[in-house]
Amino acid sequence: MKKTSLFTICLVIFIVCWIFLRFVIGGIISAPIPNTVIAMYMALIFIAILVHVSVEDSRFTEFLRPVNETLLDDNKRTRRLILVILIPLLLSGYTYSNIAQKASPLGDPRQAHPKPPLDLTYKDEVIDTMQKAHNPYRKYEKEDPELFKEHVENGRSVYYKNCFFCHGDHLDGKGHFAAALNPLPANFQDPGIIPNYQESFFFWRISKGGPGLPNEGTPWNTAMPIWEDILTQEEIWDVIIFLSEYTGYTYRTFGEGH
Amino acid sequence: MRCCSFTHKRIYYLIGIVLLGIILFVAIPAFAQDLTDAEYRPFPKIGSRSAAWIAAQLHLLFGSFILGVPMFAVIIEFIGWKTKEERYDRMAQEFIKLCMGAFSTTALLGGVLVFILVWCYPNVMKKMSGIFGPTMIFYVILFFGETFTLYLYSYGWDKMQGRHKGWHLFLGVLLNVWGTAIMFVSNTWLTYQTSPAVHWSKASEATREKWIEAQLANNPEATRSEIVQSVTEVLDKNPHGPVISLHDEVSGDFLGTVWEAVNNFTWMPVNIHRLIGNIAFGGSIVAAYAAFRYLVAKTEEEKSHYDWMGYNGNFIALCGLIPLPFAGYWLGREIYMFNNTMGIAMMGSLFSWLFILQAVMIGVLFIGANYYLWSGMGRVSDGEKYARYRPYMIAIIVICIAIWMTPRTFSSISSAAELSAMGGSNHPHLGFFGLMSAKNTVVNIVILTTFLSFLFYRRSGKIPTASWKSIGNIIISSLFFLGTVIIVVIGILGFVVEPATRVNVLTPWQVLVALGVMVVVTIIDIFMYRKATSSGIINWGKMTDRSQYVLILLAITFTSLMGLMGYARSGLREGWHIFGVMKDSSPDAHTPSLSEAVNMVSIIMIIFFALVGFIFWLGLWGDKKKQTNVPMVETAAADVSNSRDD
Repeated sequence: MKKTSLFTICLVIFIVCWIFLRFVIGGIISAPIPNTVIAMYMALIFIAILVHVSVEDSRFTEFLRPVNETLLDDNKRTRRLILVILIPLLLSGYTYSNIAQKASPLGDPRQAHPKPPLDLTYKDEVIDTMQKAHNPYRKYEKEDPELFKEHVENGRSVYYKNCFFCHGDHLDGKGHFAAALNPLPANFQDPGIIPNYQESFFFWRISKGGPGLPNEGTPWNTAMPIWEDILTQEEIWDVIIFLSEYTGYTYRTFGEGH
Repeated sequence: MRCCSFTHKRIYYLIGIVLLGIILFVAIPAFAQDLTDAEYRPFPKIGSRSAAWIAAQLHLLFGSFILGVPMFAVIIEFIGWKTKEERYDRMAQEFIKLCMGAFSTTALLGGVLVFILVWCYPNVMKKMSGIFGPTMIFYVILFFGETFTLYLYSYGWDKMQGRHKGWHLFLGVLLNVWGTAIMFVSNTWLTYQTSPAVHWSKASEATREKWIEAQLANNPEATRSEIVQSVTEVLDKNPHGPVISLHDEVSGDFLGTVWEAVNNFTWMPVNIHRLIGNIAFGGSIVAAYAAFRYLVAKTEEEKSHYDWMGYNGNFIALCGLIPLPFAGYWLGREIYMFNNTMGIAMMGSLFSWLFILQAVMIGVLFIGANYYLWSGMGRVSDGEKYARYRPYMIAIIVICIAIWMTPRTFSSISSAAELSAMGGSNHPHLGFFGLMSAKNTVVNIVILTTFLSFLFYRRSGKIPTASWKSIGNIIISSLFFLGTVIIVVIGILGFVVEPATRVNVLTPWQVLVALGVMVVVTIIDIFMYRKATSSGIINWGKMTDRSQYVLILLAITFTSLMGLMGYARSGLREGWHIFGVMKDSSPDAHTPSLSEAVNMVSIIMIIFFALVGFIFWLGLWGDKKKQTNVPMVETAAADVSNSRDD
């Protein structure tokens, strides 16, 4: 029985990896993975294979043997002909698929998170710098737990009267309106949301909504309203407390690194 | 030799005159305008920002090289002195010769940078020199010290052999002291532009008082007791107290002392980061130089010499590369501590994609460094015994780098249909890879795997004779396994604990575990292989050409990475010359986009390699004597007591 060439083994590994990413991780196990991310992972797998086969001369020669045979051997004319036709066709197809008009637009060029201003304001009143501003009711957590509980309950009430339509009953971003929105509402159950930001950042995002986002990285397209037109400062701080109390996540506090 | 040095000098003068001529030529139209009192003066053709950017980055790259190389040159010289092996001494001398060539170019570029800054940004320079005047005088003194010590160290190399060697080594150490001090001083200026503030605890009484007075003057409704109360409230939570600006927020007047301006938030993290980075960069440039010489070598002796030199250069680069992410993490943390908005701009907003690029490039560095080590096992006659572990190590490194490269938000690289199918801009599972806890975990694992590669290389061609070798191997394997498990568990915990615990407790512990494993394993391994017998020979000069191209790739990647991260460090100020104090109102005030920065860094990199190639070529012109007598074949065991244990 003819021994399978190293080149074929590598090709099979490459294809299996693609199937695994595209259909197993991006299908059976989890949600689909964007093509660009799969391309990035496949590039790494390609490099890994190349590294493995090229470290030693003997292995690299063995790896390149079918390539050299295809290019040089007289009895491989048919294979050569197929490749000469197939490679330009594949490249043309790839080029066409990249430059052709698509029905589906690209996603928004959003950054991971918008950058807040240096000062935190409510309407036009400067509360403090973004660095120093803190939730004035947070201190009751230790000083007066009963009063703190009232703020949590007030926050809960504000949330379920105003926010849950989009951000969901369970604060997971799966509210009634969520499916109609792009970008989707924030999921506060995600460990990357609350723990990464100070309360002042949340105050800014809630009070200014979509229109208050910075010019950098526009268009943001978020449907978040300007809540400072509707809610009081206390209500915004209370709902911020409620978010962390419900999810169990703690906001980043002053002076911590990422 | 004397004749050659003279020729070099003439050529340097010629280069200097040509460069000056070019600058003057392009600057002539600007001189035609009356710009005597202008706040900004335009640099012709390319603009002030680009001119300052190119000059500063080139100066930094050359500076990094000439500060990094003497650090390991003196160590190598010391090894040669102690082991009485001339090849080490000769290699160290060759390194310093490369350094000498680059030294005058560094100074020349520094002068060009100052001219550009003074001409294009006179007000900024006035403000900066007003604060940092004393440090600038100190800098000049240090520069003289550095220059004369380098001349003595280099020209006295042959004269100070034998009984004067100790003094020569002292000169080498002194050279490094000057060099490090120079870098620390110049770092104060640029770090101050980013973070002109100190913690309350670090401010003097006089500065605190001035700050309170400024607060009272700027906020007529505030009272002294309210301000003191607000400070006390922060002090209750954080012993360092609040971050206070060293400037009056309205008038911009300087409130602090020179030392407070020097010891600003990001000064020491940048110092440490650059210090380690210089070693890595210097090592990689030396390795690339050796690789080039290897590729064009005509004789086997030349090949063996430059193979050995490339190996040492790469080893030095690796020694710098391994602790570099830890120092970078500390710098990032300090930026967050100084200003959270700046921190968010860096990691989550404006510059977040830059850090994906950074991950790609660091991935190239680690894969490349490992590739070279694995290739190096081919020159040891029984090195193939570890080849069976290689696929697993490649898999670990690639999976870790894939995680490191995964962005938090996919929205800008996905179609609307993909985002909809994914259920948002964060992937439900891969999205976790975008968080720091995951990234810190994989960085530590990549570092441990790279260390394992080095361990295998070190063991190639040797048979341990220690009676406890089996137990030793079990302990080493267990340490690697346990260390990795602990790092992963800490990484997972990072997703569920409070941010403060993650940043201040868990991440440092991850680093300590990785470092601890490396230190303990090294100690065990040294004792285990102390009296090892040889099972093979090292064939210096028997490397694949591919491995040499990898060394050149590493140097290119280091250079690009330094340029890009320099853009991040400087760009973080956005529209400010001095953050929060002095606005940039010049026509170039915009923050460059990532693509603009990548183009600029690429241009700078090409200029740098063209210049460095030319200088190295000049430095070696007519000096083809004295190649180190590296044995083309040596027993692996002989190496145990020398280079590899050192």
